[in-house]
Amino acid sequence: MRYDSLLDSLGQTPLVGLPRLSPSWAGEGGAPPVRLWAKLEDRNPTGSVKDRPAVYMIEAAEKDGRLTPGCTILEPTSGNTGIALAMAAKLRGYRIVCVMPENTSAERTQLLEMWGATIIYSPAAGGSNEAVRVAKGLAEEHTDWVMLYQYGNEANARSHYETTGPELLADLPSITHFVAGLGTTGTLMGVGRYLREHVPGVGIVAAEPRYGELVYGLRNVDEGFVPELYDPDVLTTRFSVSSADALRRTRELLAEEGIFAGVSTGCALHAAIGVGSKALKAGEAADVAFIVADGGWKYLSTGAYSGTLDEAEDALEGQLWA
Amino acid sequence: MAIEVRIPTILRNLTDGEKAVQGKGATLGELFTDLEARHPGLSDRLVEGPGLRRFVNVYLNDEDVRFLGGLDTPVTDGDTVTVLPAVAGGAG
Repeated sequence: MRYDSLLDSLGQTPLVGLPRLSPSWAGEGGAPPVRLWAKLEDRNPTGSVKDRPAVYMIEAAEKDGRLTPGCTILEPTSGNTGIALAMAAKLRGYRIVCVMPENTSAERTQLLEMWGATIIYSPAAGGSNEAVRVAKGLAEEHTDWVMLYQYGNEANARSHYETTGPELLADLPSITHFVAGLGTTGTLMGVGRYLREHVPGVGIVAAEPRYGELVYGLRNVDEGFVPELYDPDVLTTRFSVSSADALRRTRELLAEEGIFAGVSTGCALHAAIGVGSKALKAGEAADVAFIVADGGWKYLSTGAYSGTLDEAEDALEGQLWA
Repeated sequence: MAIEVRIPTILRNLTDGEKAVQGKGATLGELFTDLEARHPGLSDRLVEGPGLRRFVNVYLNDEDVRFLGGLDTPVTDGDTVTVLPAVAGGAG
């Protein structure tokens, strides 16, 4: 396939079946077929699903005149959005400052710097909440900086409504469930709304990473954070997935299906297997699609893929793995 | 047997530092009322009016109770309830 530029190659990612991990790929033993499908979003320009919202958010800000040549973009990000924005910013002539929690993998820092981003670290305790808080403070100090703010930017969800959702339905008209990780909520809101409009009764399932205690280091429960984009009415189910389950599934995906994905994909796969197993028990056929948000490359240094599961879980303790 | 309720760090001042406490009840709301008797103040940190507090997430066997039945969600012995504060997460 030929494109005029890297940005033009965004999206149109493969949807691949998981014949070994599906609860009932071919309807074995008279059971209804319950099949799992992985949408390989690591096949995007910078290797993650975040290329879609990054390009959409930049284009929206250019269109409404907020972003003009020479501007500085500011964004709180645990990595992938920053990397995607840094690539697009470089090609379009913007500076970019990323606020990133210090407890993210070393590869993310290296990648951000490669594409020319300036990184400001936020304290590990509090995770992404803290990055959002620091970024909002910087935006007040530097009024000429443009914060795209993925957690509240409608162009984030719209990128999935206009691209990811239609791609999924075209490739899998029989889709019964869509599963994705819950972060900014943009993927679930955008794909969820699109599918609900076109597939009556479709299940929209959120897989939320459950981190170690450090990440929940809030002073009180009133200091929590719910992204402005989040509308619970779009979802039908929300699972909390532990680091141990996410790691185990990430390794199964590699061992059984040959797909080398990041740890957040194991989180989504765990929820996908959960809804698939429920359907099988109920005797219902299902086609469950889930998002492979990125490949495993950026997480090699975390120890997620080496040693025993217990060792990997210890290594991930206190890190933001999604 | 009883229902195990996992308590986040920021609420353990109400459970004498315990990471998990046990309770009983037919619904989540009854379970919280039962816990309140032994851990005064806990219920107020979880519940506001007819529902859960905005920044509190409660999971029954890893499933968010807001999508099950909220405080009316049936619970049974052997279930695990996990309380977590809402945080910004994900591959952002």
